Amino acid sequence: MSDVVEKTLTALPSLLSLDSQPGSAKLSSTSKLGNLIRGITELRSKHEEEKLIQRELASIKEQISSPNTSMRQMKELMVRAIYCESLGYEASFSYIHAIKLAQQGTALEKRVGYLAVSLFLNESHELLLLLVNTVLKDLQSTNLIEVCMALTVVSQMFPKDMIPAILPLVEEKLNHPKEIIRRKAVLALYKFYLIAPNQVQHIHNKFRKALCDKDPGVMTASLHIYLQMIQENPEGYKDLTASFVTILKQVVGGKLPMDFNYHSVPAPWLQLQLLRILSLLGKNDQSTSAIMYEVLDESLRRAEMNHNITYAILYECVKCIYTIHPKSDLLEKAAKCIGNFVLSPKINLKYLGLKALTYVVQQDPKLALQHQMTIIECLDHSDLIIKRETLELLFRITNAQNVVVIVKKMLEFLRISVDDYTTIDLVGKVAELAEKYAPDNEWFIETMNTVFSVGGDMMQPDIPNSFLKLLSEGFDSVEEDRKLRLFAVDSYISLLQEEPGKLPQRFLQVISWVLGEYSHLREEVEPTVVLRLLAKLLDMKQTSSETKSWVLMAMTKLCKGGAGVSVSQEVSETYSSSMDTVLRQRAQELQYLSQDSELRARVLLRDADLEPVEVDSSLSFLDGFVSEALAAGAAPYKPPHQRQEELAQAKALSLEPYGLSLPISMSSCSITDRQSPTLLSMSSGLSGDSADLSHKGGSTTLKLDGVKRVWGREGYLVQREAVEEAAQVEVPSPLRSPSQQADADSSHSQTPTPTPTPEPEQEKQQLASSLFFGLSSQSSVCLMGKSEPTPQRFRRKAKGQSSSAGATEQISNSLVSTSSNVDNLLCNNLLDSNITSEPAVSSSEQTSELSHGLTAANGTCDIEAELTDSDIKGSNPSVTGDNGLVAAAEDPHEDPDRAKDLCLISHLPAELSELCHSEITSLCTNQSLELSACHVQKEDSLVLVVFISNSSDSAIQHILLDLDSEQLEISCVSDSPVEDLRGHGVAACQYSLTVKRPSVHVEVVGTVSQQLPVETLQAVQFSYKLPLTSFIRPLTVSTEEYGTMWLAFSHDTKQNLTLISDDQEPLTATLNVLKRKLQLHVVEVIGMEGILACQLLQDQPCLMHCRVHAGTLAVWLRSPVPDLPDCLIYHCQRALQEH
Amino acid sequence: MIRFVLLVNRQGQTRLSRYYQPVELSRRAALEADVVRCCLSRKRDQCSFVEHRDLKLVYRQYAALYIVVGVTDAENELSIYELVHNFVEVLDKYFSRIMFNLDRVHIILDEMIQNGHIVETNKSRVLAPLTALDKMADG
Repeated sequence: MSDVVEKTLTALPSLLSLDSQPGSAKLSSTSKLGNLIRGITELRSKHEEEKLIQRELASIKEQISSPNTSMRQMKELMVRAIYCESLGYEASFSYIHAIKLAQQGTALEKRVGYLAVSLFLNESHELLLLLVNTVLKDLQSTNLIEVCMALTVVSQMFPKDMIPAILPLVEEKLNHPKEIIRRKAVLALYKFYLIAPNQVQHIHNKFRKALCDKDPGVMTASLHIYLQMIQENPEGYKDLTASFVTILKQVVGGKLPMDFNYHSVPAPWLQLQLLRILSLLGKNDQSTSAIMYEVLDESLRRAEMNHNITYAILYECVKCIYTIHPKSDLLEKAAKCIGNFVLSPKINLKYLGLKALTYVVQQDPKLALQHQMTIIECLDHSDLIIKRETLELLFRITNAQNVVVIVKKMLEFLRISVDDYTTIDLVGKVAELAEKYAPDNEWFIETMNTVFSVGGDMMQPDIPNSFLKLLSEGFDSVEEDRKLRLFAVDSYISLLQEEPGKLPQRFLQVISWVLGEYSHLREEVEPTVVLRLLAKLLDMKQTSSETKSWVLMAMTKLCKGGAGVSVSQEVSETYSSSMDTVLRQRAQELQYLSQDSELRARVLLRDADLEPVEVDSSLSFLDGFVSEALAAGAAPYKPPHQRQEELAQAKALSLEPYGLSLPISMSSCSITDRQSPTLLSMSSGLSGDSADLSHKGGSTTLKLDGVKRVWGREGYLVQREAVEEAAQVEVPSPLRSPSQQADADSSHSQTPTPTPTPEPEQEKQQLASSLFFGLSSQSSVCLMGKSEPTPQRFRRKAKGQSSSAGATEQISNSLVSTSSNVDNLLCNNLLDSNITSEPAVSSSEQTSELSHGLTAANGTCDIEAELTDSDIKGSNPSVTGDNGLVAAAEDPHEDPDRAKDLCLISHLPAELSELCHSEITSLCTNQSLELSACHVQKEDSLVLVVFISNSSDSAIQHILLDLDSEQLEISCVSDSPVEDLRGHGVAACQYSLTVKRPSVHVEVVGTVSQQLPVETLQAVQFSYKLPLTSFIRPLTVSTEEYGTMWLAFSHDTKQNLTLISDDQEPLTATLNVLKRKLQLHVVEVIGMEGILACQLLQDQPCLMHCRVHAGTLAVWLRSPVPDLPDCLIYHCQRALQEH
Repeated sequence: MIRFVLLVNRQGQTRLSRYYQPVELSRRAALEADVVRCCLSRKRDQCSFVEHRDLKLVYRQYAALYIVVGVTDAENELSIYELVHNFVEVLDKYFSRIMFNLDRVHIILDEMIQNGHIVETNKSRVLAPLTALDKMADG
């Protein structure tokens, strides 16, 4: 133990006066707080404590309100009040005095006043408003300490609505000569960003200035803002990557002053923060990741000192390496690092190693293999948290082969767990695994029985719901369905025959439903037997009335003639006089239906004769009612997302009086800005049936998919697999003792040691082989591939599948819209023929600020040169890479990229070269193969042109290009696909695209592979996004045709849009914008109403009816295609906003 | 993200608590008792991190005093573990000269953690505002 710790250990208890033992003699005998603390420590019961504190509070209250109390005494009283509150006794009478103390006190008294306020009040407390004036005064004080205090409290809490009142003062402090003031001002702005991001939109360039501050502390403070902003929109800050890398390099290289060190490690928490930022920036982005490889390598190398904090850095580093675009040698080093962690005898490191492994196996499941014996040991570890973390890890590597063992381990843990939260979490995971990978019916039903019994009534309600849904919807095979249901029935009957009293209510509800629906499948069992069992449930004391109503419903389904009727009669008589109205109704139903078999047969159809119910989702039968109501002056219906949007707009408006938040450069703000609520709500509005999807399952699979795409069958993987296979051969050496830890690094090449192992070891090895089965090399290929690792046993029927696929799709839509803010903003300009070149946001001011960036004034960072450089690059906001169309005859640009584009354009097929095409986007590179694409709008189709260029001198052979899309139909236009490409050759492949399922943005994903001389096949994946508007064409129809079509279409959406008020008449102006930007055809305008029509390629019409109403445009869209109206209204909204 | 910092004695009595997300006063006592139970029951050779509902608790013992930090799962537990020690070293640096005060410990903590994020770890900078205040009081 270090000296410092030793010293601290002995000093602390007395310092904190936490002991009634000798140390406390140090406390001054006059300290009332000391007396209070001592008094409480000596108490033995809660009751005595309460009495003592109440007495104390009464005395504080009396003194505090006395006019003769000095500020000094007030401070002392306040500290005692703080202490009382921290023990859970409210001292609300002192709140107002805390504010007074902050206002009137000086120095420490004032600070304690502020402290008390920040401890007592929460952000929404109304008393906080009284603090604003004090803060305002202190911010203007000439006393730096007072300014400092005010900024500290502001960065802890401040009423959101009052931000404009102090914002100019805080901004001013960013230029203060003292670092501490600048630092605190940045932290205050961070707070503002957290609680009201739109209010600090206009000062993003000041954040950049703070990032380049000559003082490392100020720079560090600005990283909080950047981490937050990058989390929300990583695309917006890619240009800063090089700066963050440079900063990290300098920190790691020890360029900071010594006092930033912690146990000789340079600014460790700053390093962690930077690594987090880098992993966000490098995620799914090859070129950005490439910038950081070197510094990550260096971080791994530098962090070799044996201290906890270096391990903390290593952990973050490993996470970063596995998050960004992979690089093989870094991955190997990171994997080795994890090895050191998990094999460490120090338990904290072992824990962190498991956590890292859990994260990493999502990308590379085979890593678990290397550490299988350690994982087995951890599974039986005496410390529950290690066990728990191991289960978490196993959960991530579960497949059809090892599911039985892993679920068994999880259930074992569940039985000993006492914590409700853990139980709920684990039960959900077991249910998810069981549904996904169940090897057979028997196991599935039994596992679910345990889930329901252990999970009881606290588990997530979607578990029983999705279980019942699974049973009722069935799978592809009718016979399998029958077997599963039958097994469930058998299992439940025997459960009810045993001790139903022990089962939780939820489980009883599931049982009742299943027996009601399916017990007829078991023909040997008389319905009366089942009825009696169910009736028994009703008699149990603990049965809740909700369960009773499930039971009664089940009985209603079963009471078919014979002896059953008498049982039902008995039951229904008891409950038809129940106080519970629901039960009474169920009992009545039971009574009538059990007597009238004809009625029963009509009401309760058996499964087989069930026709799917047609639902008119557009509620068109209400149209008449709606139009009547509208005519009578009712406000049109607003969907939730629009209401939200309007709310947001209203908020934005309310700021105007302050005149502060008017952004100077509107465009730059909206590009880098957080996502607007519309985008969010839009996607949620679309995912109408996403509830069908088990929430957990959906998100997990989605996550994995996203990850896997990055990890495509790339060059690096091939090498990796070779290593893995070698590791595969080795017999896992049992129990690595700490002394062997050093050897662990070389364990890859360790020769197998076939020494006889003692009995328990063998057991462990058996367990290991069953746990890690399926992670072996054969199946690992498919694990890493795109497809689901193993066929799911319970594959839902087509209907279920499509709905879940739809939901996933919609989730990914929302992802698209998040990441492509820029696209959204720009895609509306698509059809403007006069598109200007890239908006050149002026950066002269920025650059000049940057040039006096991180100068080495106090020998700190000298990042200046690099930062300035990278920021100048960054000043051209990265609007390239979107799909905005560029007029074919655009002026050539100096940009080398542009030159390349022009060169590619020359390869456009002649018939397309005259048409409007989008900007050329680079898709991916694979060694010397480079892929770019653009899309061309033809009158009757949309053509995607993929350029394959070979940058090497030698020819590339056997190129295979494969495209796919969930929303699009893709067909190849070119006669023969490109196979070979000569050196420096370019080939253009054309694909015609049509929309299968509309979505705000559609995406094409694909792989390109090439045969290398050394017989390996190299494949790279890429994706290309384009807005739905590219597929919209005008539809010319007459008003009569329009009328007939309107009535025939079933999918619709209604929304109010903003009118454009140019000098001309608003309706015409608005319709003209829509016509121009979205290619809608204006059919007719009558007075205040207009009708428009368009079609989605090919021949999927969409009609629009709009009417000026109360200053807005009430728009109603109808189409035979689901989702099309929703998508189109989104684009209309965007088009009008962008106007 | 850090949710709370707690200083408790061996009897489980709270000495100092700081929450970075609002928790109702009435719920704090129960929560703290729960947290303390979680940590005090653990042996020395056990992991310094415990699971508590949706949070992870990182705790460190200094003689009769326990410092417990509640963090979200995304946080790096080991770095928090060391942050606690850094905090203690700062206290040590400061209080070797001056008598303990609850308010001063709070002020120091406020310099280091804000809104659940670590904002300063440089010892001299953490102490700068407080030392300035002390000087003002002296002079």
